[in-house]
Amino acid sequence: MTTEQKDSKFIQQSIAEAIERYGANQDELIPILTNVNRAVGFLPKEALDEISEKLKLPKSQVFSVASFYRMLSTKPRGRHVIKFCENAPCHVAGGQEVWQALVDELHLDAEETSTDGKWSLLTTSCLGVCGVGPVMLIDEDIYGNVDPKTVPDILSRYQ
Amino acid sequence: MKYFRSHVLVCVDPECLKKGAHEVMDALQDELVAQGLIDEVQVLETSRIGDCAHGPELMVYPEGVHYTNLTPNDIPYLVEEHFLKGRIATKFVQQDKPTSDEELSAPTAKEVRVVLRNCGVIDPDNIEDYIAEDGYQALGKVLTENTPEQVIDIILRSGLRGRGGAGFPTGKKWQFCRASAETPKYIICNADEGDPGAFMNRRVLEGDPHSVLEGMIIGAYAIGGCNQGYIYCRAEYPIAVKTLNIAIKQAEGMGLLGKNILGSGFDFDIEVRMGAGAFVCGEETALMASIEGRRGEPRPRPPFPAVKGLFMKPSNINNVETFSNVPQIILHGPEWYASMGTEKSKGTKTFALAGDVKHTGLIEVPFGITLREIIFDVGGGIKDDKGFKAIQTGGPMGGCLPKEYLDLPMDYEELAKAGSIMGSGGLVVMDEGTCMVDIARFFMEFIQDESCGKCTPCRVGTKRMLEILQRICAGKGQEGDIENLEMLCDQIRQDSLCGLGQGAPNPVVSTLKHFRDEYEAHIYEKRCPAKVCKALIRYEIVDGICTGCTVCARNCPVSAITGERRQTFVIDPDICIRCGICMQVCNFNAIVIK
Repeated sequence: MTTEQKDSKFIQQSIAEAIERYGANQDELIPILTNVNRAVGFLPKEALDEISEKLKLPKSQVFSVASFYRMLSTKPRGRHVIKFCENAPCHVAGGQEVWQALVDELHLDAEETSTDGKWSLLTTSCLGVCGVGPVMLIDEDIYGNVDPKTVPDILSRYQ
Repeated sequence: MKYFRSHVLVCVDPECLKKGAHEVMDALQDELVAQGLIDEVQVLETSRIGDCAHGPELMVYPEGVHYTNLTPNDIPYLVEEHFLKGRIATKFVQQDKPTSDEELSAPTAKEVRVVLRNCGVIDPDNIEDYIAEDGYQALGKVLTENTPEQVIDIILRSGLRGRGGAGFPTGKKWQFCRASAETPKYIICNADEGDPGAFMNRRVLEGDPHSVLEGMIIGAYAIGGCNQGYIYCRAEYPIAVKTLNIAIKQAEGMGLLGKNILGSGFDFDIEVRMGAGAFVCGEETALMASIEGRRGEPRPRPPFPAVKGLFMKPSNINNVETFSNVPQIILHGPEWYASMGTEKSKGTKTFALAGDVKHTGLIEVPFGITLREIIFDVGGGIKDDKGFKAIQTGGPMGGCLPKEYLDLPMDYEELAKAGSIMGSGGLVVMDEGTCMVDIARFFMEFIQDESCGKCTPCRVGTKRMLEILQRICAGKGQEGDIENLEMLCDQIRQDSLCGLGQGAPNPVVSTLKHFRDEYEAHIYEKRCPAKVCKALIRYEIVDGICTGCTVCARNCPVSAITGERRQTFVIDPDICIRCGICMQVCNFNAIVIK
């Protein structure tokens, strides 16, 4: 099941929980979007409309924020999201080979989601753990000193 | 108050209790009474001095000796040795395990740790650890002994400058905000450390969060009319956010945050706000827009945040490292702080040392140290003993300095004069195998990607610069490219709205200034002197060294290599994709890059 298929009841519930937690304040828009994004996997139009209504904010502003930040997605994502660091320190430590291994293993390119809805492959800004580069983040798990050879093993841990 | 010459802290965590911590403690009390030492040595319960794996365990101060694996029977010996004879009972001392901290190793001779002093030493999730290291003493001192004006005066005299990059005097900033009559005011900690390769702030937030909180509380007291602080932390640092939230809870629990702090009548709360992934949010006006729940886009200044900042109220914003310095300055005095560094750059600075240097990781050095000392003494020299080519300071918007600048002292003004910046503290060392045009392209790619798009010079200008650089690296450089780059650099620098745009041309400006010949070689001679740009290099097999063993031909992924067995092979440059595999597999070093 891709995140796209999560039903609207679940979306409504996630929004209600986020608003309950942060309050229906306009300056809490980013935390609310972040939480809904985490629960649902992305921010469907339905969710943005609902949040705009609840916070009494123009839809344009909600969309402008949702599309501005890298960690918020307005497109469906896979069940597992890989974020690979492509910055200089990881690049120097052999990041390019690891990236190639990911691309080969998943048959995906940057910003793509697999057709079975399992994986999304993204690049990320620096994660600040440059001492153990190359680094990648799968969902909330961080992997350092990644080697092209260990990539299949790491990926096999996710269902 | 009763004075004790020694304090014994016994761990009473569940695991140590199970192993008999209370029995050891009772035996200790009894023995101290028996030896007549009970008025000189205080025994206290504590937790988490070790990992309880070698419990029961205790800590003796002021020596800071950690005794482990104790039984009640060991106590008479321990008391006699340590408290009567003043010798450390080495047989109970836990040998420190060699730590393998890849980020922060033991300080080298040229380092001075002020901001990083507690990192890796104390338990960041335990406020008592911080208090034991003089934590919150500065806050107590300020609230009971100093007026806000005096606090600002201390910070001014210390010479502390903003560690976020621009180096604006912190005391001045506080003064401006204090001068704003409107209330409420806000104090903000910029923990949106976005520069690739820079992780000094993350380490402080994760390793010593209370030093930042204490600095913020003191700052809020100094600017006046401020009861709410925000820490804006980037979403890429989830552990830092968690640690901060624990620290805030603990500080609240002890009355160091919240209502009527330490009985002084001063109220102050701190809230952590998480970003959502946007580099530009490190810019102060963009950061405030993001806290307000909007797109993180900068706005023109003035009005400056000290007048109209967060929620259009007067606000003071400082970097993590700046705040972390404040308690130390209060405790040890501005003269102590100002005794380190150069005439205009005082104190110490943390840097993340990366790239082609032997020891990468975090360092903290006094200002005035030379680049040479940082690279060769602290960093151990260039990796694989290659030659030094350049050092990039100040992150992606910084500049590259060649070897002529190795004796440059680290100082805000000196770096600016040399065409670079201090920035937040990323240092990338590059060896002789680095192509400076390729580096400029790499950083321009980053800047282009992170440009928020609000103002035209940055949005369009960086795109055009990147296109020119990509063309040069692809071997299609044209006459006039350098001049066009220079023109774009000038315009983007002058006309952009915020620091990101104004600093965007820096990597190109500095490499053009110091490595112009490399640009010229790429454009006019179609040659990459460092042999990095793939379109400008050719792999060749040297006649006479090649044995005709066929290894290269068999490994070539595109079958670009042909030849007869036991004869010199040939690479067809039109088919070759410059992957370099042939060079790696050749056992005779017969393949060279031309």
